[in-house]
Amino acid sequence: MLTVSELRKSFGPIHAVNGVSFTVNKGEVLGFLGPNGAGKSTTMRMITGFLPPSGGTATICGHDIQEDAVAAKQCMGYLPENAPSYHAMTVTEFLSFIARVRGFVRSEAQDRVEAAIRKSRLETVRYQAVETLSKGFRQRACFAQAILHDPPVLIMDEPTDGLDPNQKHLVREMIKEMASEKAIIVSTHILEEVDAVCTRAIIISRGTIVANGTPEELKAKDPNNRLEDVFRTLTMNEETSSHA
Amino acid sequence: MHDLRNINTIFRREFRNYFNSPVAYVFMVAFLLLVGFLTFMVAGYYERREADLGPFFLWHPWVYLLLVPAATMGLWAEERRTGTIELLLTLPVTLGQAIIGKFLAAWAFISIGLALTFPIVLTTLLLGHPDAGAIAAGYVGSFLLAGACVSVGTLTSAMTRSQVIGFVLALFACFILILAGFEPVTNLFAKWAPTLAEGVAACSFLGHFDSMRRGVLDLYDIVYYVGVMVFMLTAAHVVLNNRRAS
Repeated sequence: MLTVSELRKSFGPIHAVNGVSFTVNKGEVLGFLGPNGAGKSTTMRMITGFLPPSGGTATICGHDIQEDAVAAKQCMGYLPENAPSYHAMTVTEFLSFIARVRGFVRSEAQDRVEAAIRKSRLETVRYQAVETLSKGFRQRACFAQAILHDPPVLIMDEPTDGLDPNQKHLVREMIKEMASEKAIIVSTHILEEVDAVCTRAIIISRGTIVANGTPEELKAKDPNNRLEDVFRTLTMNEETSSHA
Repeated sequence: MHDLRNINTIFRREFRNYFNSPVAYVFMVAFLLLVGFLTFMVAGYYERREADLGPFFLWHPWVYLLLVPAATMGLWAEERRTGTIELLLTLPVTLGQAIIGKFLAAWAFISIGLALTFPIVLTTLLLGHPDAGAIAAGYVGSFLLAGACVSVGTLTSAMTRSQVIGFVLALFACFILILAGFEPVTNLFAKWAPTLAEGVAACSFLGHFDSMRRGVLDLYDIVYYVGVMVFMLTAAHVVLNNRRAS
């Protein structure tokens, strides 16, 4: 469903992403882990076509994100970091706009909006302007736009960042509900997320993949079976060597 | 077809956005008061005792200079600041469609202000027998001038994430473009680039508006304004393509 091959991105002399390759198949929830500044968001932005890569490419449902951008974007839902949305619009207006951009008209657009509101538990705030909503609801409004067209590929950049435990639980429940029919990438630096929703995880550090496997395989790298220690060993080494 | 539908969707969102806040109403009132004041008090519409809209159109470039940048400054700068640009450009629309949709929305918004000046046409019709063709030419000229100013504002808004910088840059660029045919400006160019002076004068918003303001609709002037818009929007496309994440 989603193939990423040799993605690279340089900002001047800085190599933010340095040859990242992986694939995600239907039914998989891939945890994209890494410390802050490791290149997670930059990779996501290249996969979703927001940033042009310096090298390599990504293919979504067979469509190259650079050659055939619009078709690739049709197949994908994206929840950017910090869940941006148009603040002056109400939740319903915002989702109706997304539905129209996604090519739905009249009753079908309305049905899609209703379904997205229901799935994202937004019924109580649907006529409120996005700017008046709490962070958790804003996150869900942006989540709703990502799943509105029922995309085969779903890409989420830190979907639970800054949410309280109840809201985190809810977002994870929503991801699990859809997991079986979609290929999902969830980027995070919160390790409990991996156990909670992911079937596989990649650890990225300084722009390169340093580990790729099921949560169990990753944990097995540590004598105490703790993902946290594996994460620290793999990503701290890099930091120490860079300071040396 | 898809292109038009996408442009239309972006257009509708952007256009409604003006009316989602008091911006639209403040803008319209300011526009109409300013145009009215300049026409009646400064240009002496009644005192001239002539049934034509010359004194009315005379001030349009200056009113646009002040108000169009205010209407366009948020077009892209706000998308950048709030991060919605990432959302917009990962939806199945092309950057070109987004730019055109937003540009047309801002132009339509300004055009509503222009259309709301209709009472002055009625007043003139009531007071005398004005040349309807001249009035139409004046309105077409003003409409095109507004479009050119909006396209400049679109470009400057695309260059920054700060609305204030977008506003000031648009004000400055429009000021230069309006004044390009004005003597002090051509003199400035004549001093260090005499060959350029004539070319700069030919690029003046004011020069191309003047004949239409007087009722002469020349294809050359129309092509000029359309050319300015195409140029500015293409430049905005280049800028956004290169600096979309910053």
